[in-house]
Amino acid sequence: MILTDRQVTMSPCFHEIRFHGRGGQGAVSAAALLALAAFNEGFESQAFPKFGSERRGAPVEAYVRISSTVIRGHNQVYAPDAVVIQDVSLLRSKALLQGLKNEGLIVLNSEQQEADFNKGRNGSRWICLPGNRIGQNFLGRPLPNTALLGALAAGTGWVNLPALEQAVESHLVRKGEEMVKANIEALREGYRFVSQGEGVVS
Amino acid sequence: MKKLLEGSQAVAEAVRLCRPQVVAAYPITPQTHIIERLAQHVADGELEAEFINAESEFGAASLVLGAVVGGTRAFTATASQGLLLMTEVLYNIAGMRLPVVMVCANRAIGAPINIFSDHQDSMALRDAGWIQLYVESNQEAVDSVIQAYRIAEACELPVMLCMDGFFLTHTFEPVELPTQTAVDEYLPAFHFDRTLDPGQPMTLGGGSEPDNYQEFRMAQHDAMENAVTVVEAFDTSFGEQFGRVYNGLVQAYRLEGAQTVLLGLGSLMGAVRDVVDKLRDQGQLVGALRLRCFRPFPAQTLVQQLGVTQRIIVLEKAFSAGAGGIVATELRAALQQAGMTTAVESVIGGLGGRDLTPEVIEAIFHGAQLDDNGASCRFVPHEYNPVE
Repeated sequence: MILTDRQVTMSPCFHEIRFHGRGGQGAVSAAALLALAAFNEGFESQAFPKFGSERRGAPVEAYVRISSTVIRGHNQVYAPDAVVIQDVSLLRSKALLQGLKNEGLIVLNSEQQEADFNKGRNGSRWICLPGNRIGQNFLGRPLPNTALLGALAAGTGWVNLPALEQAVESHLVRKGEEMVKANIEALREGYRFVSQGEGVVS
Repeated sequence: MKKLLEGSQAVAEAVRLCRPQVVAAYPITPQTHIIERLAQHVADGELEAEFINAESEFGAASLVLGAVVGGTRAFTATASQGLLLMTEVLYNIAGMRLPVVMVCANRAIGAPINIFSDHQDSMALRDAGWIQLYVESNQEAVDSVIQAYRIAEACELPVMLCMDGFFLTHTFEPVELPTQTAVDEYLPAFHFDRTLDPGQPMTLGGGSEPDNYQEFRMAQHDAMENAVTVVEAFDTSFGEQFGRVYNGLVQAYRLEGAQTVLLGLGSLMGAVRDVVDKLRDQGQLVGALRLRCFRPFPAQTLVQQLGVTQRIIVLEKAFSAGAGGIVATELRAALQQAGMTTAVESVIGGLGGRDLTPEVIEAIFHGAQLDDNGASCRFVPHEYNPVE
């Protein structure tokens, strides 16, 4: 259920999510959409990017906080509960799982189940989702963004699908009705994929 | 109703609600989404203003100067090198006592090239004669833009609203946008007494001889000192109307019985308040003081707030090379003037976008071994860099 008014009471929660992508893949938009969905559900939320070089292809990070109480800090996220990796090649170059909490979740844009990456991680769960393929199918371009968000939502339950859909509708309104529709389809496909148990490696 | 907005976008909405008639800016990196958004509003017919793409930041500042003496409310935004390029004009705007409002999205200055946030840009302009307000959150940025026009037009002084680049400008967080009706009620239609009129010719910013130049500057200083009460008054009246106040000049947090107080500016103070809560829970008598209004410098208020504090730490994202912490030095002078002998620890950190994490802030509270560059200030050492 999407609440139209700010929710007054909720059970205490605090989630931190870190997105890793390359310039042009939409890590910043993904973070904004997730924060917006959480906000639509009545949570306090925050999203912001960390740019390296501002150019296509360069590594980009973006952070999200979702909380039941007001968020005062503006620091980067160092101990995430979940990491979303938009480009599998980033795993080669940087310690993307740095600080990930024990039993944290990794959502990876990959055709293959990269179980090997799990070595040495304490109880973390992996979701490997063919985000590029889903993006290609619905958006006509290999953009994994919204599919990964759907997968994250299904894998965590931190935000629900209708709230994400509402976020896509409002955030992408200037991109036109077709873009909104296609992104919602990709979102639903990512969600469906994980809720049917595909791509999950524990 | 609250909305989740990016800081720059939220500020653009606040500017739109203030009905500026001229928006001038130079569209280069580092420019802000504030300007991008305002350009969109003008293009969409949601803001009746002249949007002018200037040929440089110097030109942008000159355009808002001209717009105000032409009798219109004006806005510009900039950051970093762009602010420095405006410098000459900013002194002229202040000297001519023009109520210009500008947002500075605080970013580091070169060399070396760095696009990230600190306070070295606006601090370099501290003597320019502009009122400077530093905000902690995007809500405060929105509310302070509206207050800034009220203050500027009441004092005939320009206001620079300083908000941290990235940490605020690029952050989506919940913001309550006031209604147009409420803003119109708080902020009267623009009126500038000395508007240039060909029918009644006069000169603004004309020549001044040695026998009266100093008097002009003294009048400017008086106006700045008087602005202390104006900044407070319009924050109070804003609070009465909108239900949000920022204590005007400085915002105290858990100062009751505090033996150690950390003073700082801007968005870093959210994390400082979280750390204060944690240390208080452990029984440590610590508090925080946020300097919201840096110019005019609220010496008296600071002395009142810090009267019984035993240990004062000033954590700044800027410094004067060869002299040390800027706010710390001014605070030392204020305390000394009031006959107080409390030592002020000057700590410099967060330069060029380096994150001041709660762990670093806690270490500073605990008197961590910091790089000692002589008595003037100490730097947060490299080993305190957040692990990424």
